[in-house]
Amino acid sequence: MTTHVLMPALSPEIKQGKLVRWLKREGEFIEAGDILAEVETEKATIEVEAAESGVLARILAPEGENVAVNAPIAAIQSAPEPAPVAPEPPQARPAPPPLQPAVAPKPCAAPTSGGTPKSAPASAPARITVREALRQALAEEMRRDARVFLLGEDIGQHQGTFKVTQGLLQEFGPRRVVDAPIVEHGFAGLGVGAAFAGLRPVIEFMTFNFALQALDHIVNSAAKTLYMSGGALNCPIVFRGPNGARARAGAQHAQDFSAWFAHVPGLKVVAPYTASDAKGLLKAAIRDPNPVVFLEHEQLYGEQFDAPSEEDALVEIGVAAIARPGTDATVVSFSRGVALALRAAELMAGQGVNVEVIDLRTLRPLDMDCVTASVVRTGRCVVVEEGWPQGGVGAEISARLMEDAFERLRAPVLRVTAKDVPAPYAANLEKLALPQVGDVVAALKSVLGL
Amino acid sequence: MATQSLADFSSCDLLASFRAMLLIRRFEERAGQMFAMGLIGGFCHLCVGQEAVAVGLRQAARIGDQFIASYRMHGHLLASGADPRAVMAELVGRRYGISRGKGGSMHMFAPGRDFFGGQGITGAQAPIGTGLAFANAYRGDGKVCVALIGDGAADQGQLTESFVMAERWSLPIVYVIENNLPQFERPALAQRGASFNIPGESVDGMCLTSVREAAARALGWARAGNGPTLLEMRIERFRGHAAAEQRRKHGERDPVERLRAAILAAGFAQEADLRHVDAEIRARVAEIADQAVSCDEPEDSELLTDILL
Repeated sequence: MTTHVLMPALSPEIKQGKLVRWLKREGEFIEAGDILAEVETEKATIEVEAAESGVLARILAPEGENVAVNAPIAAIQSAPEPAPVAPEPPQARPAPPPLQPAVAPKPCAAPTSGGTPKSAPASAPARITVREALRQALAEEMRRDARVFLLGEDIGQHQGTFKVTQGLLQEFGPRRVVDAPIVEHGFAGLGVGAAFAGLRPVIEFMTFNFALQALDHIVNSAAKTLYMSGGALNCPIVFRGPNGARARAGAQHAQDFSAWFAHVPGLKVVAPYTASDAKGLLKAAIRDPNPVVFLEHEQLYGEQFDAPSEEDALVEIGVAAIARPGTDATVVSFSRGVALALRAAELMAGQGVNVEVIDLRTLRPLDMDCVTASVVRTGRCVVVEEGWPQGGVGAEISARLMEDAFERLRAPVLRVTAKDVPAPYAANLEKLALPQVGDVVAALKSVLGL
Repeated sequence: MATQSLADFSSCDLLASFRAMLLIRRFEERAGQMFAMGLIGGFCHLCVGQEAVAVGLRQAARIGDQFIASYRMHGHLLASGADPRAVMAELVGRRYGISRGKGGSMHMFAPGRDFFGGQGITGAQAPIGTGLAFANAYRGDGKVCVALIGDGAADQGQLTESFVMAERWSLPIVYVIENNLPQFERPALAQRGASFNIPGESVDGMCLTSVREAAARALGWARAGNGPTLLEMRIERFRGHAAAEQRRKHGERDPVERLRAAILAAGFAQEADLRHVDAEIRARVAEIADQAVSCDEPEDSELLTDILL
């Protein structure tokens, strides 16, 4: 009987992995537990073990190839003794994609080794993932300024938990790409000291959930020293990493801290959505003489956007963008919430409603001029965020609109937020806890009286 | 100290040390009075009795070596050469204060003199100081950071975290624990870094020359690329934790008195000379205090400055 070895996934966000190398050859006997291959995903490099003994009959995914999660990568012919249970069909869930066209089973060397020009559509606008945009920003700023260094867990040898720092250790060496021990409180404080001494540290938190251990140094040391010293000592530092929802990560590993940091005077807080904003804002953050909290989003790392037009383009911190112009209502959001807002706006356009979407991009300083000007035109506003409702970004914007544009509001400002609960694990509950496109549409209909 | 060899120290060296320590002593005594009178608000952590540590460490350091301290830091700031008028004006919250009146007793900085605070959060100076040392190693400029930690902060997790990083990257830093608990309850802290391969030494922190010699060894060790060390300064603070607490009696271990005795024994000065120096410093500190109090408070517009650059 033949069983298929499938491409594993490490988390629900991972859509594909790359087959780095095969450790067994076709025709080789294998024991259950033998390591068959090394696979690299956005999260990590992992080893694929054989679940059963037998013969590696066929390798279905050559080395160097990207393979969808759950697709078969090899076929194992079970050992001759008859199987005691009825043989199951190869796999229930996704129909196995067509096996290798008609390539004869070759030894282990991959049939197509390197330069297959598979996906290079000529003259289409260049596309880039948020991950690559961030990586470019780091690399460019490190080339530009020898004071810039990176410090964080697994950013060097492991190339970054989410591969944002891929290749940077190789280019800049261990002096400037520093793998930290698991001491968030300590290495955040170390970064502050290095910034006091005139370096330009970029501190990566594996996720901002772990930054709570470092909150003391972000708030008490980095944000306040300029004020407490009467302007004598500034702290040019960037704290960056993924923030907000993560699929099935549970309550301690999926939280949106945007409002927490946006509360603190002395910090700048940035939460981009597009790749070019991610790049331009990160470059601006690294050049900024103030402490900047740079909130990325795990579910945006792999998203593709148009590449920034100029290689070295900076995006000014503190300036919102109109992601979609409209006239009937305004949706304000940031980070991944902008995706929900844009999808809701599309749905509303189908009903003849013209929704404007504002991407805040920066949460402190907050570009209320942009928001107020839009709401003065539309008279209606919905704010979308993944954070909790009480004291959130939406609460702040709502209050500011009451103060600055009360007469122009034709409906109360509504907030679409995460539910006021810790993030649940079960998929259905998690979906209920997070803001969905339908929630944004419902809020828009409400403010529009539809 | 009179029993120690003074052959290595010139009269001018010891007299300058005496002046520096006495300035801190009289400054702190005055600050204590002003706190009691309500002129200094909030907190006021005095270092009366700890003057030899502040002065001895500075004397062993090179220009460019960074210092960072806890909130018990007036002495270290004065030893860095910061203007005592600006320090006193800060204590009373005035516009010519070293932090323009916006910091207070615990938040004073003199980056131009390589003094980085004044850390109000117990233990914060450990990783921040480790970061200053990281910058020295990054640049390879031969500077060393001295991070001053109280015995209370020695229990802080961030000190342990700092040890991990300083040892891993062999950073040029000297952790100095100012152990000022009363003698009968004072723990031995010199070996706190032992499990991180950080060598430690216990030092008589009431003796200027002992402090200076131990500091010179530790700084030299770090400058030679050997990484962090820990010095435990065993000292007696002659005031309570904060200025409001009761004053303890000065003992015969008083570092200023010991230095005075040593100078007299060596014949570097007469008693009357030293009394004259003391009177001069008292008068200067009184004048500094009067000036500070008569200085205006910050302008209202100062409220909204220095938040971002």
